[in-house]
This record gives sequence, C-alpha cells and structure tokens, in this order.
Amino acid sequence: MRIPLSWLSEYVDISDVTKEQLRDGLFSCGFEVEEVIEVNEKVNKIVVCKILQKTQHPGADKLFVCQVDAGKYGVLQIVTNAKNVQEGDIVPVAVNGATLADGTVIKNGKLRGVESFGMFCGGEEIGITEEYYDGAGGDSVLIFHDDFPLGEEVAELLDIKDTVFDISVTANRPDCQSVLGIAREVSALLNKPLKMPSLCYSQSQVKTEDKISISVKDKELCPRYMGAYVSDIKIEKSPKWMQRRLYLMGIRAINNVVDITNYVLNEIGQPMHAFDYRELSGGEIVVRRANEGEKIVTLDEKEFSLNNEVLVICDKDKPSALAGIMGGLGSGIKDDTTEIIFEAAVFKRDNIRKNSRKLNQRSDSSARFEKGVDPYTTEIGMKRALSLIDSLGAGKVASTIIDQNSFSGEKKKITVELNKIYKLLGITVPEETVIGILKGLNFECFAEEGKLTALVPLYREDVEDYPDLAEEIIRMYGYEHINCTLLKNSEITHGGRTPYQVKEQTAKDYLRYNGFNEVVTYSFISPKDYQNFGIDTDELKLIKLKNPLGEDLSIMRTTLLPSVVSVAVRNLNKKNLSGRIFELAKVYIAKEIPLTELPEERATLCLAAFGEKEDFFTVKGVITGLLDCLRYSKKLTLKGSDKPFMHPTRTASLFDGEKEVAYFGQLSPLTAEKLGIDKPIYVAEIDYAYLESSFDREIYVKNFSKFPSVERDLALVCEKSTTNGEILEAIASARIKNLVSVELFDVYTGDRILDNKKSMAYRLTFSSNEKTLEVEEVDNYVRKILKALENINAKLR
Amino acid sequence: MAKKFSEILQEVKEKLTSADTSKILTEIKVDFLGKNGVVTGLLKGMRDLAPEERPLLGQQVNSLRSQIEELIKNREEAVKQRELQKKFQDEAIDITLPGKVGELGTLHPITMVKNDLIDAFSGLGFVVYEGPEIESDVVNFQMLNIPEDHPARDMQDTFYITDSILLRTHTSPGQVHVMTSSKPPIKVMCPGRTYRSDDDATHSPIFHQIEGLVVDKNLSLCDLKGTLEEILKHIFGKDIKTRLRPSYFPFTEPSVEVDVSCFECGGKGCKLCKGTGWIEVLGAGMVNRKVLKNCGIDPDVYTGYAFGIGLERIAMLKYHIPDIRMFFDDDLRFVKQFK
Repeated sequence: MRIPLSWLSEYVDISDVTKEQLRDGLFSCGFEVEEVIEVNEKVNKIVVCKILQKTQHPGADKLFVCQVDAGKYGVLQIVTNAKNVQEGDIVPVAVNGATLADGTVIKNGKLRGVESFGMFCGGEEIGITEEYYDGAGGDSVLIFHDDFPLGEEVAELLDIKDTVFDISVTANRPDCQSVLGIAREVSALLNKPLKMPSLCYSQSQVKTEDKISISVKDKELCPRYMGAYVSDIKIEKSPKWMQRRLYLMGIRAINNVVDITNYVLNEIGQPMHAFDYRELSGGEIVVRRANEGEKIVTLDEKEFSLNNEVLVICDKDKPSALAGIMGGLGSGIKDDTTEIIFEAAVFKRDNIRKNSRKLNQRSDSSARFEKGVDPYTTEIGMKRALSLIDSLGAGKVASTIIDQNSFSGEKKKITVELNKIYKLLGITVPEETVIGILKGLNFECFAEEGKLTALVPLYREDVEDYPDLAEEIIRMYGYEHINCTLLKNSEITHGGRTPYQVKEQTAKDYLRYNGFNEVVTYSFISPKDYQNFGIDTDELKLIKLKNPLGEDLSIMRTTLLPSVVSVAVRNLNKKNLSGRIFELAKVYIAKEIPLTELPEERATLCLAAFGEKEDFFTVKGVITGLLDCLRYSKKLTLKGSDKPFMHPTRTASLFDGEKEVAYFGQLSPLTAEKLGIDKPIYVAEIDYAYLESSFDREIYVKNFSKFPSVERDLALVCEKSTTNGEILEAIASARIKNLVSVELFDVYTGDRILDNKKSMAYRLTFSSNEKTLEVEEVDNYVRKILKALENINAKLR
Repeated sequence: MAKKFSEILQEVKEKLTSADTSKILTEIKVDFLGKNGVVTGLLKGMRDLAPEERPLLGQQVNSLRSQIEELIKNREEAVKQRELQKKFQDEAIDITLPGKVGELGTLHPITMVKNDLIDAFSGLGFVVYEGPEIESDVVNFQMLNIPEDHPARDMQDTFYITDSILLRTHTSPGQVHVMTSSKPPIKVMCPGRTYRSDDDATHSPIFHQIEGLVVDKNLSLCDLKGTLEEILKHIFGKDIKTRLRPSYFPFTEPSVEVDVSCFECGGKGCKLCKGTGWIEVLGAGMVNRKVLKNCGIDPDVYTGYAFGIGLERIAMLKYHIPDIRMFFDDDLRFVKQFK
C-alpha cells in the first residue's frame, strides 16, 4: 500500500515525528515499510522567471538569448534553444547551482561564446506531469499560466515534493488498505486524534428512490449495496491536488467522476462505481447471479460469457457491470454524462476472487474486494464520494441514499478475564495501559474486577476472540516486553529421532564415508524423462500436477533415476568429470488415477558414479556394504537384469523371493547417448522403504574354533563364461561342513592359458570346532570339492 | 709372545677401522676368532708349551679373545647403525602424497541444517514427525483456518493434483496430523519438503521447512520466545539476540515474525542484514484457538505455540549461499564444499 505522507498528514498530525520514527513505529506495530520513496527530493533552485527580452544568438541559428527577471536572483541572461517561449512568458528557470529531478546540477556556462546563467525547464526537468500542472506533460519549456511570484522555488509553489511509504499490509488487515486505515493506526501509535475527512454535502430536492429502484437478489454474495443519484453532472478534469494524489498512487487521472471513485478507493478503502443514469434502462438496478450464457462487454471492451457463479449488476434488461470487478462499457461515464448513480457495495471476497480468476479480469476494485471490504466502510465511502462531488461542484446530490443492507451494524463484544490475556502473553500489562491501547485503536472498552469487555470497531472484522485482543495489546505495548522463558510450566518430554530417522542417518553417513555426495532434486519430472529412459508409462499410474510450472516439471516421480542421472549429466557437461552422488527421497505411487486418496510415498535411494575410477563394482560394493551397515537381515538373491535403460550385460538385480528390491549397473550407453553423454555412468536404485522393514538383524554370537585352521589355494581353469557365482555354488554343492571360507584372490586370462579359458584362484579355509584337522582329512575335502567342480568343467590348473 | 698379542690386537683394530659392512665384520670375526682363526691358532700353539705355562697362555689368549670380541662388537654396533640409516634413507617416501583413504563424500546443506535443528530440538524434548508431501486441501488449509478462497491462500501459490489433493505448501499440516492423533503434552518437530509454484532467485518451487509445535497447559508467548532463542543460539551462536514483531498467519494468533540480531556484524548494520542489524529468520505464533478446536483439543484447557523455519533460508544465511537454485542444481563444486 502506497501512502504519501502529505496525504496521511491530513488525517493525523505527524509533524513532530521524523520519517524514521514513523517508519520504525509502523514496523513495530506490524506494518513494515518496504520502501521509502522520496518524490522529487533533489529538485532545488528552479525558480519562477519572467522573460523580458528574447533575441537571436549571434553565432547560432537555432539558439536564442533571453534576459529574464529572476526576482531576488536579479536579471539573468539565459541561452536557450526553446522555440515555444516568448517575451512576457513566466517560466521555470534552473539557476546557477540548481538540481534537476534526475540529479543533474546546472552551472553557469557559455553556449557558442555567449554566457548563460541558467536553463529553462520543462515538466520532466522539474519531475512533474500533467497531473501537477497543465502543460507539464509536454516536452517543451513549461509556461506558467499563473502569476507566480518571481524568484520563488517552483518546487514549493507546485508542491511537488513528497515522501511515499510503500507499506506491506498483512492479509488480516484489509482495513489498512487505505490512507485512512493507516492513519487510524498512526493515530493509535502516536496517541494523536484522528481527523476524519469530510462526509458532509449539500442535498438537492431529488430522492434517489424516485429515480431508481435497487434490489439485491443474492444477499449472501452482496451483503450491502448502496446507491445514490447525482444530477447536473459536469464532466471535467478533477482538481490538481486530487490528480496529484492519484498520480502518487500510480493511478492516471481521467475525469472528475472517475477520479472521485479512485480517490475514495485509496482514501477510504471502499471501491466505488459510477453508472451513467441514462444507460440504466427501466430505472432499476438488480444485483443477481448471471444467467447461463449471459454476455457483457466491460469498460476495456472485452466480452465475457457468464454463468451462474458470477454476480452481475443489471438494469431492467441486461448486465451493466461485473459486480466488484469492472463496469460495463455501455453504462460507463462519458463526456456528456449528466446524471449518475454512485454504487458503494460489499461483495463477498471469495466470490470476487474466484470469478476474477476464472474470467481473468482484474481491477483495483476487484483486488480490494478480494482482500475484504467491510459494510461499515461502505457507508463512509459513499458519503465521502458525495461530499467530494459537492465540494468540487461536480453535481447535485440527491437527498437520500438507497441502502440494501443485510448487515446488522452491531459491534462484536468480547468479554474476557484480563488474566487469560496475561497468561497467553506470559506477562502482565498494566490495566490502564490495556484500556489506553484498545481505546486508541477505537475499541470501546472497560475493565471491571479483572474482566475486560471490548466492543470491536466495525471495520475490524479480523478481531474475533481474546487472542486477537492480546495481539492488539502487545503490538502496541511492544514485543520487547516479552521475556524468554523456557517452557517453565509445561511437562517434561523425551525428544529425539524415530528409529527410522536414525537408520536414515546411518545410511547417509555410510554413503558419505564411501565418497558419495548427497544431492537434492525436484520431486517432479518430465514425460520426456520416461521417454528417454524407454519406460512404458501405460502401466504406470502417473500423478500429474494440474498447474505445473511447465511440462518438464509436471509428473510426481515414480523413480529417482532420471533426476539423479540428470545431476550426473549436468556435472559432466560442466566438466566435473568424476563424482559419486546419491539421493534418498520419495517416489509417489498412486493406487488409482485420478487420485481418490492420498498416494503412497515410498522412500527410495538412488546412486550414481561416474569417472575413470568407477565401474560396476563401485555400485555393487557400496550397496552390499550399505546393507551390511544397516544390518539387513534377509537373504537376497542376485540375478542378471534386463531393463530398457540399463546395459544388458552389466546390470544386476537383488531379489527377496519374487520381489525386486534393487538394481544396479551401468546405465545403457544408448540412454546415455540420448542424454548427450558418451561416458559410462554407473547407477543403482534401491527400494529403501521395502528394505527398511528388515534392518537391524539381531546378533547372536556363534562359537568359533579353538583349533588351528588349514588353508589351501586352488587355481582353477574354467570356461571364460563361467562366473564366480557358479564356482562358489559348485564348491558349496560338495557340502563340506568344515569349509569356513572361500576367497577369490586372482583372475587370469592371457598367454599362459587357452583363449577360451580363464584361471580363477581361490583360497579355501578349513576348520573344525572339535579338533585339529589332519592333512588327510583336508586332502579328502579338496578332492570332493574338485569333483564337484568337474560338473561345471572347472579343473585344477 | 706379548708382542705378538699386541700385534694381533693392532691388526684387528686396523682392519676394523676400514670395515664398514656387516659382511666384512663377519669375515674379520672368522679370520681372528673362527675355528681356523688367528686366536684359535694361538691356542693350538699351546701344545708346544710346558704344562705349567699353559694356564697362563690360556688366560692371555682368552683375554685377547674378549678384547677382540669387544672391539668387533663395538664396531658392529656402529656399522649396524650406519646400515640402518642407509636403509631408512632408501625407504624414504614423499609424505605429502595423498593418503590412501577414499575421498569423503558430503551431506547436502539442507540435511546438515535439518540435522542441526533436530539435535537442538531433541534436547528440548521435541520428537520428530514426518507427514506426507501430498496432502488434502482439508489438512493443508481448512483445518489450519485457511478456508477456500481465503486471501491467505494468495500467500501460498499451490500446486494441485485434483481439486482436493495438493502438494503441501508448508509443513504446518504436520501440526494437524499430530494434534488429531495424540494428546497433549505435545512437543513435535516436522521436517520435510514443501512446494509452492514460485521460481526465482529467492524462491524455489521445492523447498524445505521444519515445523515446531508445542501444546500444553499454561504456554505463553514468553515460552515461544525462549524456545526459539535457545534454538537460534544453537544455530547462529550464543551472542545473538532475538526480536519478535507482529505478523499474520491464519493458524496462529497472535502471530509473530522472528528476527535475530545480525551474526555477521553483531547488529551494527552490514550488507547481510541490509543495514538494519536484524535478519528475519522465521514465522511463529500461538496456535489459533480455532485450529486447536478443529483438531479436537479444548482451547480453554490447552494453549499451544508453533513456528515454521525455512531450511534453505537458514542454510543460505549460515553458509553464505547466494542463490536458492544452487541447492537443487547440485553442482559438485558446490556440493563438495560441505565436507
């Protein structure tokens, strides 16, 4: 909310506080001044002069030399190129040392050899527009049409300087969306009386109800509707003071009637509308919901087709305005309008909000209604508009106002023990201070035997209960009075993480200690991601946002992989050529689409590793290690895996029975290519939520042998395609109870064995809990194992 | 004879002087003390002596032997020292080469701040509750006193999935879940992802909050301030001060904005605090009586206070992060700084 201090000072005396004090005071009671705008602060020494003589410059065709009477500055010689000035004109002149609106400093100088002691100014140099002075809008030298005293500061004569506070008003205080509203707060803050603007006007013989009938069909959407008839309207420009104020609020001046509606909106906070009486057929105004398909063209010449949700202001035949949003083109004020009906009303804020959005049509009025307008202010607004019409001599006001009012006008009454307020605040505020504060804020109140009774001002619809009173009191008394206490009256509770979170942290720490960096990515992904990864979305019940920031951010992800891979891709593209990353976040699984209940949110872990040192075993190793670290209790089986986005021979999955709980390996080079990457990326995705239920394997300590163990190394030659897993299985199939460990320590392919073969070397450890093993026994074990290995065609080398 | 002894001794000494390896020392040992060595040879000469002279010679030879042994032993020690020194020199390594442990990874700064806050709140008796990110309109808004088309909804541009299901715009729904499922005394913190349809240098469509809620008998604004000051000191240092100022949230009344004195300049005014000496860090307030009632808690018996902290905001302040988008860009040059 923009508040020019010159305007504010009309309603409350701020002459004895500095701008800083005012800003700090407003801040402490809940109104942050976001910006202090100094209007034409710099303009200085631009003075009124009269041109005494104008002659051609001796050395330049386009320049003139003028002698001007600058009052106390004497007679000055000014060289100018201005064509529009004549001898006898009264003009603004920036004299030696003057500062223009844009900060330029004017100094005496020579132009083509002729001395010049100043510069003629136009509106732009002074920092003013047509709203300040007729003629100031053009780009030539401003010629005054007033007999201003020579040598006087133009800035003062035209009152061009001001300070505007841009104040942030919270959503609970629509009553402060006006100069008067802020003035009420300032008056309470400074403990100064509020001077209300004039609401008086002289009345004609005509009664509004003789001219028009008003009926409100939907009282819920329109709790109050006031209409007043004004005749003898003379459409002309509004006075400069009004134009200037509107200009400071960022509103263009149009004509006296329209300017008055805008002025009242900003001054009082009541949106106003003026209808051209001629255009209201049948002499009636009906406030009703639009009929399905009914049409209206608004002031800005846009046509709307309406429905039953939209409230319209109609005459006998047709809609004349979109209630609270914008007037119709037909009933708007024209240059030859002579009779008007002023409207001041309350329209339900959520209805205006909904329709303004649906129709995509906004105005200052609709913005104001969306914040909330109270029925008390409606009456003030109407009377203020009529008073302005009268004082500007713009028309003759009818003696009556039609008021369709379903609002009781009764003030809310809150009675509460002062102690309750003190308990909520945690401090005691002297009773007379409480009363003083509330009275300053226009609450009628008294305290009796520790009980406070307060009648809430009608414009304070936000105050409903005693905590609201507590807030009013403390924001004026000062939050600095609140002490720090640490739950002194409350029960002791045990705090901490849930077991789930403890595990989550263990997992993250494990990954971190293994060189993985945690990343956080958006929860929404693109349909293109599914395409690039070759994932068929027909089977997936994807959750789509209704209003995404874009197609690429439109789907709640069902897999973390595309997001985590995109981080790897981004880093590779930035020449961060190696890295290990992980994200532990949720995927979103719908039971049915469209959603009828909240979907499942499943914690999922995704890893990626890229760079020269990384391979399949980086991700395999860290997953195995992580499961150990979290003491995963179930036996998982490892199988080769086939996924459209994974390398077909470098991918594995872990299964718990039939359930796939993780996959890992190299991202398919074809997928990588689609993402513009020609380097291998190793990834893993783990159903963390599934695994989480089987963490924390119980530990039962097993006895270990007291007798020495025996080790045997076996170098086996087998087919190149034989896997470590197959060899381990074959060894296990020999069922040697005393074989306690099998460890692969070398794999060899090369010159010393056949091309289609490889050598795998294992260290076997044997041990018995009962005795020291004899050499013969161990030999026997090894023979059995070698026999079993024959089944897969693996022999001693 | 005596002369010969001294000559032998002299010869040993000379040989030892130039002996600089264990090998040469061994040779000397063998030459003089070995089976066929010089000293043993002297004993062999004993047969030629009269029996009464033999003990004396025996004594003399033994004395010579121990003298030689002593000399060799001394020399041996010196040589061993020298050899050891050489071995150490040969084994010298470049101690400035990197260690063999793998590179340490990092936690995301948001996780770091979250952990920091959870630790601080845990100490005050708060437990963690994590609610869903996809929420109903009822829990995200209506139960929190934000009815449909309330202007406060403009404060929070919402991502919708259906008309009644949305991405939570704050962690405050955690309050509702906790209050409807448990009885006071309640002390809970709800960390998590939140969503608003904003995207610029200070707003991200995804961000993180931690909600705090306390419901008990006899709670006051002073308790709220005390709790928050304790937490903020934990985060920003013992010397900071806190300041409350009026604000508005539909689910608290009174509502406050909480500022901390600038930890960069100590409140004198600097770039970080834009010259004001104060930095806005979070919003808070006493739980609105309507919200308590909505959740089945009697507002005449219990009071509560709640606060919401933006984790990105805290991380940006704490680690001097200039742009919120850096959190989600995950450039390793950024991420790896949080070791």
